[in-house]
Amino acid sequence: MTAKTRESRAGASTDRIEKRVVLRAPRTRVWRAISDASQFATWFRVKLDSGFVEGRSTHGQITEKGYEHLKIEMQVQRIEPERYFAYRWHPYPMDPTVDYSTEPTTLVEFTLEEAAEGTALTIVESGFDRIPLARRAEAYRMNDGGWNGQIKNLERYVA
Amino acid sequence: MSRSGAAAVLKDAQAVPVFAALADTTRLRLLRRLSVEGPLSITRLSKGTRVTRQAITRHLYALGDVGLVRRARKGREQIWDLNAKRLEIARQYLDHVAAQWDSAAARLKAFVENQEDERR
Repeated sequence: MTAKTRESRAGASTDRIEKRVVLRAPRTRVWRAISDASQFATWFRVKLDSGFVEGRSTHGQITEKGYEHLKIEMQVQRIEPERYFAYRWHPYPMDPTVDYSTEPTTLVEFTLEEAAEGTALTIVESGFDRIPLARRAEAYRMNDGGWNGQIKNLERYVA
Repeated sequence: MSRSGAAAVLKDAQAVPVFAALADTTRLRLLRRLSVEGPLSITRLSKGTRVTRQAITRHLYALGDVGLVRRARKGREQIWDLNAKRLEIARQYLDHVAAQWDSAAARLKAFVENQEDERR
């Protein structure tokens, strides 16, 4: 539970999510954790094949337990040092057998600001309305660990 | 974080039949037509497809069972229309993605804040 994560969703929008979190660390440190591919890889739990360069793609393999078969491609859009980092990708679910190259992507944006206690970070992912509804529905079928796991939790809870 | 505890788990479990009902290309096509063209009769829905009226009726009932479509009568014909559950899928999906960003943000927070601790 992250107490300082604020969720805001404008009206009934199904197109974007926004997360804002205050990190008790200097802006330079937060910036490095996001923009330095090897640091990003650590907390995001992904193995990346190259650094982040504007206009280029970085490929990666998820390292989080249960998701190791998933590959990602981050198309880096913009890097504004200490302030803004944006990339496009194919959002979850990422079925390794599907070629997503012709499908729409979502935009992920990290924005950094000074805050009294450290650094305020806003993460926005947008463009979900362009993702086919069927693809979004697949998240539930594919997410064995999460989805079926939750049903097992429910069974345990009601048993 | 909004999705925690038994309430969220129950909400998730209720959504499962909805997604199961969607795991079919004919049904997805029917939903797409209803969302683009508005309420339609079975006659209209089966026109120009190789799927029989009977099969379409069956699929519509399957979608109706989970609340994705509903039927109304117009004269002697049955008209099928989309139900609000459609939005629910989009919202549940977003909740799902949001929960993943919650954990990613928590990991980032631990990463940058613990690093600082080490320096002290």
